[in-house]
Amino acid sequence: MPKKKDYINGLPDPSGLKEEILKKYPPKVAKKRAKSMIINDPAVDQEIQANVRTIPGIITQRGCTYAGCKGVVLGPTRDIINLVHGPIGCSFYAWLTRRNQTRPAESDENFMTYAFSTDMQDENIVFGGEAKLKEAIREAYEIFKPKAIGIFSTCPVGLIGDDVHAVARDMKAELGINIFGFSCEGYRGVSQSAGHHIANNGVFKNVVGLNDRPRAGKFQVNLLGEYNIGGDAFEIERLFEEAGITLLSTFSGNSTIKSMEYAHTADLNMVMCHRSINYIAEMMEEKYGIPWIKVNFIGAEASAKSLRKVAEYFDDAELTAKVEEIVAREMAKVKAVADTVKPKVEGKLAMMFVGGSRAHHYQELFTELGIRVVSAGYEFAHRDDYEGRKVIPNIKIDADTRNIEELEVTKDEAHFRPDLVEKKAKLEASGYEFKDYAGMMPDMAKNSLVIDDVNHWETEKLIEFYKPDIFCAGIKEKYVVQKLGVPLKQLHSYDYGGPYAAFGGAVNFYREMERMLATNIWKKVDAPWKHEPEIVGSITIEA
Amino acid sequence: MLLRHTTSAVKERSALTVNPAKTCQPVGAMYAALGIHGCLPHSHGSQGCCSYHRSTLTRHYKEPVMASTSSFTEGASVFGGQANLLQAVDTIFSIYDPEIIAVHSTCLSETIGDDLGQIINKARDEGKVPLGKHVIYASTPSYVGSHVTGYANMLEGIVKYFAEKTDEKKRQVNLLSGWVEPSDMRELKRIAKLMKISAVLAPDTSDVLDTPMTGKFEMYPKGGTTIPELVSMGDSMKTIGMGSWATRSAAVMLDNKCKVPFEITDIPVGLSATDRFIQALANAGRVSIPESINEERGRLVDVITDMHQYLYGKRVAVFGDPDNIIPLVEFLVDIDMKPVYVVSGTPGKAFEKRMEAILAERVPEAKYKNGPQADMFLMHQWIKENPVDLIIGNTYGKYISRDEKIPFVRMGFPILDRVGHSYFPTIGYMGGIRILEKILGALMDNIDATAKEESFELTM
Repeated sequence: MPKKKDYINGLPDPSGLKEEILKKYPPKVAKKRAKSMIINDPAVDQEIQANVRTIPGIITQRGCTYAGCKGVVLGPTRDIINLVHGPIGCSFYAWLTRRNQTRPAESDENFMTYAFSTDMQDENIVFGGEAKLKEAIREAYEIFKPKAIGIFSTCPVGLIGDDVHAVARDMKAELGINIFGFSCEGYRGVSQSAGHHIANNGVFKNVVGLNDRPRAGKFQVNLLGEYNIGGDAFEIERLFEEAGITLLSTFSGNSTIKSMEYAHTADLNMVMCHRSINYIAEMMEEKYGIPWIKVNFIGAEASAKSLRKVAEYFDDAELTAKVEEIVAREMAKVKAVADTVKPKVEGKLAMMFVGGSRAHHYQELFTELGIRVVSAGYEFAHRDDYEGRKVIPNIKIDADTRNIEELEVTKDEAHFRPDLVEKKAKLEASGYEFKDYAGMMPDMAKNSLVIDDVNHWETEKLIEFYKPDIFCAGIKEKYVVQKLGVPLKQLHSYDYGGPYAAFGGAVNFYREMERMLATNIWKKVDAPWKHEPEIVGSITIEA
Repeated sequence: MLLRHTTSAVKERSALTVNPAKTCQPVGAMYAALGIHGCLPHSHGSQGCCSYHRSTLTRHYKEPVMASTSSFTEGASVFGGQANLLQAVDTIFSIYDPEIIAVHSTCLSETIGDDLGQIINKARDEGKVPLGKHVIYASTPSYVGSHVTGYANMLEGIVKYFAEKTDEKKRQVNLLSGWVEPSDMRELKRIAKLMKISAVLAPDTSDVLDTPMTGKFEMYPKGGTTIPELVSMGDSMKTIGMGSWATRSAAVMLDNKCKVPFEITDIPVGLSATDRFIQALANAGRVSIPESINEERGRLVDVITDMHQYLYGKRVAVFGDPDNIIPLVEFLVDIDMKPVYVVSGTPGKAFEKRMEAILAERVPEAKYKNGPQADMFLMHQWIKENPVDLIIGNTYGKYISRDEKIPFVRMGFPILDRVGHSYFPTIGYMGGIRILEKILGALMDNIDATAKEESFELTM
């Protein structure tokens, strides 16, 4: 384990740690894992292996394709019945377990508090489940009268050959509401990521573009890949509203299918979580000519930068002035809190292994507090999320990726926006970057250890080596890490706290770090007598 | 309103489940396997299953829950999962070094017809199972039964593999535990000790899912039934299975394999079920019931009589698993409450018979249902039609409780938003007092919060 002084001139070299981790693996496993562990050097391009199969038997953080499709992308949308076709568990586990907050008006529909399932039984597996699925859709319609129903396939569905898309077509015709299916069986991909892609395709094909609503504002935008965990989207929505930017639709947090239907009338798409949603951004640009930019509202500086970038795009004096006013006001508030928290936490060590964007985004907040990120990685990202979009043309398309449909998208002449294409070209000429995601690795320090799909064994060794002050991951890792005496902050659920997005969120996060890093409770783990010499001997009481 | 689309108009459903009062088999298999010392549960299916089950158990216990997965992708789903499981066995013993791997199947591996026994034999033949290590398994298709079925199947798999009959009978009793908390398992051991009965409890999640903070992570904590204990179960005098759904198949297995006679009791929840359990235990261990047990019983009855006025006639809605809620409903009747709605997603014909026997005379207006479409949505509709004074069930009940402004007591699985269940038992007479404490606390907090100022009471 490196000593404090080894951190003075940058981070210590973790080559020995990497070697030690690999030593325990069977040779083939070691060979594979070595490619997913990179000792970072922001000055040098290095290839990391990502989005490949997890080795069977490895205790991984990853979930399945269904989880990515139903849980992540469609789950946070309140005015649709998300019907899970399969045995009961898949629906049960995705029932309210992600903290996608939503704020319907009193008279609005909200099905997010419900779990809907066909609860497949053995006879459905043997004889097919299509008839039961149809009947379940009828019953759901009869009882709840929703305007849309999504059907989510679980593992057995694809295997027994139930055609959810045909059922969706039939039932759409029968009931006259929008019904569509997703072939998001758990095994479709190597992680949740495949499910994100499938969900993007389904929403783009079946929802986006259904409603040509007239313009509602001068600056119309969509926010993609913001799931409103702990109210993050509320924070961002407030900023836009104040700035006079009309947020048409969020994919998908505090979101509605209704708003997704007119998302194609936006002037700009902002991509928050690149991994889970860049597909829709790309497809909307191809079909409608709407350009997209990468934004990040995690971190006060990053939020300011993102707001300014949006203002720069619209190039409107009033908007720019308003954005500057907001940034100045909010940054002053943020700074006041940072000034009190930073001295208490500066120089501490953090590591984070989570998601497809958060392990990158949250580094902003740690940097603002002077906390150093020694190691990080994603659970289900691809190479471009580490190395930047410039590597996309070089990414090998393997069998698992080929499973997922690539939609053929063509220009929609009636709705295409040549004005936006022109605007984009002009801005690009002046150095404004679109599709600008450079990935995690260029932002990380030299000698930081970047690990894709980190597993339990690696986690233990990382903690042993770095003795970090804080570890960020998810619920499955939380108590493992804490038993080792290291506080863990969940970056999926935020430990039921938040919001952490935008300026107000940054303040919340600083306070949270103060709570977690300044507590004395970890010093109380050992009983006071543990370090006392044991009293040996006996006393004889004389009568 | 959180559940704003729920109305009192009940429509017959035959295909749609809404807000289930059950989940699927594998999570039960995982929980049962965690109650074996040195055992790593392994999920033979897609990664999502393992991730979901670990997450749910972790949220429920706020403890590490370790388990591995066969990480199926499309290829494995088409060509079979044999290669994945063989690789998994190799990986697990190399990296995580458990004494036992407990493999359970999933709907995926069951649908494609993977034969776990055959694959594990192959792993053994190929030398992937180190000497002295064990790989056990249970078939747990998610499309049959519920999470309770999975627990039962894994428990059966455990005793089937380990229990051995030798020529030497042991003066001990097998206690097969239904799905209860680590605190309850600890309590079962305490009760047996109090009665001077040597007992083997399986599974036993105490000291596994309620471990102390030490600054160290133990992948295999000190708790759990040990292999020698499991082996010795074949020589015990008798088996008591607590909960027919969760333990009958394991008890029958022990009888068939090792000729250990068995008796199935309810999980000892509340007064009458604990009475029967204590008698069964005394008979099995051939001991007389000690005074200390009488005293505990007396304390429970004392609290009931002390607080009877707050309980009498109160209407209760209960949802959960049959083994747990049958004795609970009986207890509610014992204390003169009225369990008017009882729902369990877990199928099994015995449920209806037991409910009828418990409720027909004392609570003739009661509605109860289990199996398909016996879900929380239906129970909520019944509540909308004619309200209750109290809801008892897992955490998901809080949405109904808040919408309908009805006091709520958390019991069952999962409890995701409160602590205590891991540490304070709800079984036995002392556990009965804790149930009463929780029920009275909920009812009386509500009285305090809603009473008129002039009738706000200091003493209750």
